[in-house]
Amino acid sequence: MTAPATPAATPTRPVSARPSRSGGTRRGEAGAGWLFVSPVILILGTFLLVPVLMALWVSFSDWSGRGSPLSSNVNFVGLDNYASITSGGLATRDFGTALRNNAWYVLLVVPLQTALSLFLAVLVSRRMLRARGFFRTAFYFPSVTSSVAITVLWLFLFSFAGPVNALIAWFGGEGPNWFREPTGLVHAALASVGITSGPDVLTQNTALGLSWWDWLAGPSVAMFALILMAVFTTSGTFMLLFIAALQNVGYELTEAAMMDGANAWQRFWRITLPQLRPTLFTVITLGLIGCWQVFDQIYTGTKGDPAKTTMTPAYLSYTSAFRDNEWGVGAAIAFILFLIIIAFTIFQRWVLRDRPVSRRRIRAYQSATYRKGAAS
Amino acid sequence: MTDTTLAQAETLAADPASVPPPRRRRRTLGGVSGQILLYAMIALLALVYIYPFLVQVATSFKTEQEAASNPISLLPQTFSIAAYERLFLNSDFPLWFANSAVVTILVTLGRVFFVSLAGYALARLHFRGRGVVFALVVGVMAVPTVVLLIPKFLVLNQIGIYDSYTGMVLPLLVDAAGVFIMKNFFESIPTSVEEQARIDGAGTFRVFWSIVLPMARPALITIIILSFQGSWNELSHFIVATQSPELTTLTKGVASLASGQLSQGTQYPLKLAAAAIMTIPVAVLFFIFQKRIMNTSEGAVKG
Repeated sequence: MTAPATPAATPTRPVSARPSRSGGTRRGEAGAGWLFVSPVILILGTFLLVPVLMALWVSFSDWSGRGSPLSSNVNFVGLDNYASITSGGLATRDFGTALRNNAWYVLLVVPLQTALSLFLAVLVSRRMLRARGFFRTAFYFPSVTSSVAITVLWLFLFSFAGPVNALIAWFGGEGPNWFREPTGLVHAALASVGITSGPDVLTQNTALGLSWWDWLAGPSVAMFALILMAVFTTSGTFMLLFIAALQNVGYELTEAAMMDGANAWQRFWRITLPQLRPTLFTVITLGLIGCWQVFDQIYTGTKGDPAKTTMTPAYLSYTSAFRDNEWGVGAAIAFILFLIIIAFTIFQRWVLRDRPVSRRRIRAYQSATYRKGAAS
Repeated sequence: MTDTTLAQAETLAADPASVPPPRRRRRTLGGVSGQILLYAMIALLALVYIYPFLVQVATSFKTEQEAASNPISLLPQTFSIAAYERLFLNSDFPLWFANSAVVTILVTLGRVFFVSLAGYALARLHFRGRGVVFALVVGVMAVPTVVLLIPKFLVLNQIGIYDSYTGMVLPLLVDAAGVFIMKNFFESIPTSVEEQARIDGAGTFRVFWSIVLPMARPALITIIILSFQGSWNELSHFIVATQSPELTTLTKGVASLASGQLSQGTQYPLKLAAAAIMTIPVAVLFFIFQKRIMNTSEGAVKG
């Protein structure tokens, strides 16, 4: 988050000294500079920095939503709000459930969307492919639609008498009542082989008010439909990132590998994929950050149901504050979510930082080229 | 499905250019069937991506009974525009649309101006504290929007613009990512033209307005796409910024439709019609700037 130091800004020019470099053309630049950035600073400050500080205060207070949170009858309650969502009780159970749901969501969406977008990008990047533009458009289009519109569409597609179940019936199966089905996929899979309750070690121990067995339930059928939706809408965006990266992959190397008799599969894994590493990391971390922010879909569609299995921390924070008037709790959840997302952002910056090539890697590279040279 | 595949295979066979070069004659047979397989797969995938939207439009013209009894067909047996009539003549839908349009236009205009102004200052003008301002902008980009729901409401409420157009538009007027994009762009164009204008005596704002901004067209288009799409599709900000029905935007209104306001029964034709109409403006924008969006990656990242 540290900005690259702008060298021009550091040498402070004494007011009395004559402007040296560009003569009179730089007159009044400082004033104009501040004037130009002032709208941005004012708006970002008022609607981003101040709100965050105010919410931080609310998360340590007992404000109930009446009047101003800064008025004198609002009390500082320390970590009470944070305690209520971590140390037992209904609020803790809700928070644990929301974290569980979102964790499963992340666990499935991130790998699926990354793999699918890479796959699509490789498909539509083929030089020989006809109608490339059409296919790219088709795959990207879901990305431009709003989350509300796509959720409405999804509620219809996965409704009990909807197209997806009609398709399943056409193949002779029977689809579930997607958005009404709270059973976790892992539990359902275990039940199909006759295991309906976990061993004591899983059912007796709890974390955040939820037994380990429940943590391992997997995403509910309803959540799974939302997972498919996320993959459907984001794969196009990430496909574009991969297409851009694929254009920079040197064709010479691929050609050389072709000459050496590597098949398409080997060429992809050994030549193309390693060169896509930076983009791969970007896509994965953008996915990780985005997936913890699930709100619109839940607000529009399921409202956390069935049986709270599509409740996410973002939506829980909203309902705690705006519906239940537990503003302190809502703000506390938001801050915990903030920490989770910031952790992933920092992780991304750390992974993608510019770093010198390590000695070990140089050696590995040299020995590899040496071996290759010896072999030919 | 089979039709598409066959059609693809036929065009393939008819076109000599797509037959692998004779050098690899040994693999020609496998190559052709491989190509057919490839086209079959990609066509199937495209169908999966397009079909939902086709069935959406089709269903919006069906009667409610037919939407339930024959959800998968693309041709309504009895063509009905009842859903659209209901939306436009007998609901708040036109109001929602107007609100969304007003907000989107104001936000897009405002963002283009403020963001390029700030980007220019950060890229070109020398002033004390520039590094700090830029650090602030970059830092702010990392703040996720969903954790700002409660905070934003608190501030809007505190300064007395909750439930007003001002409260809807003002916080969206500036976008840190846009400042970042514009700064990068201005740094990439040469300074010589500006220097010349300055020597001729033009003031800073004049240089910016009549010399630099016209040169920045490609970057401005990126900002327009991002702002338009972003504010048209925005939901969470309007949830926490407004409560009165007169200020409901499309996203908020359609979300309330989805959860069953206005309706008895499922009302799928109505809901799908509403969702289809709200998709049209961004779809039009997308098709206008399609080439740009598909060729640049920065213009495409959704927040």
